[in-house]
Amino acid sequence: MVQFTLPKNSKVKKGKAWNPPAQGAPAARYREYRVYRFDPDAGDNPRLDTYWVDMEDCGPMVLDALIWIKNNVDPTLTFRRSCREGVCGSCSMNIAGTNTLACTMHADDARGAIAVYPLPHLPVIKDLVPDMTGFYAQLRAIEPWLKTDSPTPQKEWRQSKEDRDKLDGLYECILCACCSTACPSYWWNGDRYLGPAILLQADRWIEDSRDERTGERLDELDDPFRLYRCHTILNCTKACPKGLNPAAAIASLKRKLVERGE
Amino acid sequence: MAQDATPHDAPPHNAVQVNGRAYPIIDHAYDVVVVGAGGAGLRAVVGCSEAGLRTACITKVFPTRSHTVAAQGGIAAALGNMGPDDWRWHMYDTVKGSDWLGDQDAIEYLCRNAPEAVYELEHWGVPFSRTDDGKILQRAFGGMTTDFGKGQAKRTCAAADRTGHAMLHTMYGQALRHSAEFFIEYFAIDLIMDDEGRCRGVVALSMQDGTLHRFRAHQVILATGGYGRAYFSCTSAHICTGDGNAMVLRAGLPLQDMEFVQFHPTGVYGAGVLITEGARGEGGFLRNAEGDKFMERYAPSAKDLASRDVVSRAITLEIREGRGHGPDKDYVHLHLEHLDSALIEERLPGITESARIFAGVDVKEAPIPVIPTCHYNMGGIPTNMHGEAISPRDGDPDAIVAGLMALGEAACVSVHGANRLGSNSLIDLVVFGRAAAHRCAELIAKGGTIPDLPKGAGEAAVARLDRFRHADGPTPTAELRLRMQKLMQRDCAVFRTKKVLKEGVKAIRAVWDDAADLRVTDRSLIWNSDLIETLEFDNLISQAAVTVEGALAREESRGAHAREDFPKRDDAKWMRHTLSWADYGTHEVRLDYRPVHKFTLSNEVSYIEPKERVY
Repeated sequence: MVQFTLPKNSKVKKGKAWNPPAQGAPAARYREYRVYRFDPDAGDNPRLDTYWVDMEDCGPMVLDALIWIKNNVDPTLTFRRSCREGVCGSCSMNIAGTNTLACTMHADDARGAIAVYPLPHLPVIKDLVPDMTGFYAQLRAIEPWLKTDSPTPQKEWRQSKEDRDKLDGLYECILCACCSTACPSYWWNGDRYLGPAILLQADRWIEDSRDERTGERLDELDDPFRLYRCHTILNCTKACPKGLNPAAAIASLKRKLVERGE
Repeated sequence: MAQDATPHDAPPHNAVQVNGRAYPIIDHAYDVVVVGAGGAGLRAVVGCSEAGLRTACITKVFPTRSHTVAAQGGIAAALGNMGPDDWRWHMYDTVKGSDWLGDQDAIEYLCRNAPEAVYELEHWGVPFSRTDDGKILQRAFGGMTTDFGKGQAKRTCAAADRTGHAMLHTMYGQALRHSAEFFIEYFAIDLIMDDEGRCRGVVALSMQDGTLHRFRAHQVILATGGYGRAYFSCTSAHICTGDGNAMVLRAGLPLQDMEFVQFHPTGVYGAGVLITEGARGEGGFLRNAEGDKFMERYAPSAKDLASRDVVSRAITLEIREGRGHGPDKDYVHLHLEHLDSALIEERLPGITESARIFAGVDVKEAPIPVIPTCHYNMGGIPTNMHGEAISPRDGDPDAIVAGLMALGEAACVSVHGANRLGSNSLIDLVVFGRAAAHRCAELIAKGGTIPDLPKGAGEAAVARLDRFRHADGPTPTAELRLRMQKLMQRDCAVFRTKKVLKEGVKAIRAVWDDAADLRVTDRSLIWNSDLIETLEFDNLISQAAVTVEGALAREESRGAHAREDFPKRDDAKWMRHTLSWADYGTHEVRLDYRPVHKFTLSNEVSYIEPKERVY
């Protein structure tokens, strides 16, 4: 059997303890965070730094803690953030072993020291910032825009409430990539398998009653890698911080291909 | 691939020497460079691409992470899907909402073109909610009336309570469809201006690899959003630092009406995240600690759907008079429990989730604790209705800055005047984004050469970057930023007085002076968010300064600017736009004024004469 080990420069080394609380400080007040650090300029291995966050001075979310660390302890700590309310998808990362959004995760929902890593299996640019270029290129590949052949009406396309309901659970995706980077199949074949987030997007346009290129869209997916590397592991659905179900969307795509083949 | 943008004609690398350090710089040339990829920026990108112009879009975050994504309630347009409607009624409401500070020609343009802009979005695929007969669903929103104020209009087109998200993702798809070139996670540092005062391009830093880029273009369009992060508690995203506004100030050009800052009545107490006005549009109401539906007293006819400035003042007064909820009596309750739970699930799923996560409240069971929270900047870069930036000169109050445009929250057209109506910002983005693209198509000869830049172009921008990158004073950026945010919150919020504003002017000036002592710890050029946050702070502080100075000077109450010492609107003296300049060398602010346009665009509607504004 093949043995895999991480390349030498990928091993995560023990890092710095930044601000251990003073002896006798109330333990409950300080929350321990162990945060993945990678400095692209230094050429060193990544390391795991430890910070203690003063919960009396910090908001309840993991993102609050990261910002507190950046403002009060270590300004070099680097992560993406924007809306801080779970709609922009910037602050996706691996927290306490789960891919999620730092801004909507309550620190109280994790036990003990909170480990914070970048989203798994993406190249790391710096600290908690992964390179999402491939993920975005895959979004482009499914052509995420409405395609119609009928003459465009003067006013809106009519869509029944029932047809509009079919988009619920699909259009809300925020492209945070928590699902795709939680998928073992995507870890292995992320270059050729589209992954759950992008397949959910593909299904969003196929399900849209206004779109008239379903056949063409299905053709593009009918491929051993793009779609069929999904092995129904369901990590995607478990990870989605918005409560969406990419696995169901993928199943629906597979069903449509089967039905079409009959 | 859109994100692997390759320059059309990139000459070999040049380098800029600063303080003995050489910064290689990569040159690009485009017909149009759009800075910002929110709703306005993307609409302009799509329009310019459609027109066959070589278009680049520089954005500091991936497009769908722009703050438009957080817009909830909807986009206003008189479609008439729910009953009779007319763009003239929409115009009347917008003029009244603006407290007669809006330019009526621009407001007419906005309201006339709104329906077409919404249909266009629908044709692109925006998943609007639907009526029983399959049309776009429209809901009630504050200040939106029928028949010139007689009834409550349902004019706000909604995709549940995620309208901004639905629009932004759809528009990004359209931009991909037109193969627009994106420079993603590029931070724009400064405009390139020439000696004739013409804008020639922009300098940006690629965060991913630390390279510097110099873009030259026929037109630069700033769609960089508002500066909500100048305040301590805001609904705005962390990225809302008004970078384009500050670039304009550094170019020696004015901003307009910066004292008009909208506080949204319903930000979640503590977290500051937004609860859409659509919650009240669907039947929600506010109550104080005595159980009183207090809006009935402040706005007997519109009640909870009065304009945002009116509701925010009402809440502030209730709290000030001791009728707030909670141990510190410092918030009020927004009630939705009485609404049908199917309606909540269909139309308000997003805020149901926000209330659960950020307030620990199940909206079907309990009220949401809310307070007025900084939300929107009516002020910004003065423009005409084509998006062209304005800087008065030689007696012409509407003189254009060649080569420069501005859109969206960064711009002040002015359609929102002293107070924006809810759902009028999303329509502003697409109507004027489209208008700017049309203007670019008229102005730019296709395939024409883009003139070379003047010698030394962009050096000042690189010097600015280098200065902050190596800043080694005693004060971390976060400390100064917090000082500024707390001051703005204390001295320049819902109610204002001369005494407090005077203190604010002095204190903000002191913060700006102390920026000489800044410290940046991270020295890298790769994803240096310490440096980026410092550049953003440097952008915010000048905007804070012109905001307080403008507020101190304006001795009247109009829209969102409520002076307790001057409670009345004073049209004779103050029906005029404030212009403000800030000197980055001396930190001095200078004010001047320019007339409000008291005329309409066409004779299909007549000028709406000012009158008392009651709801």
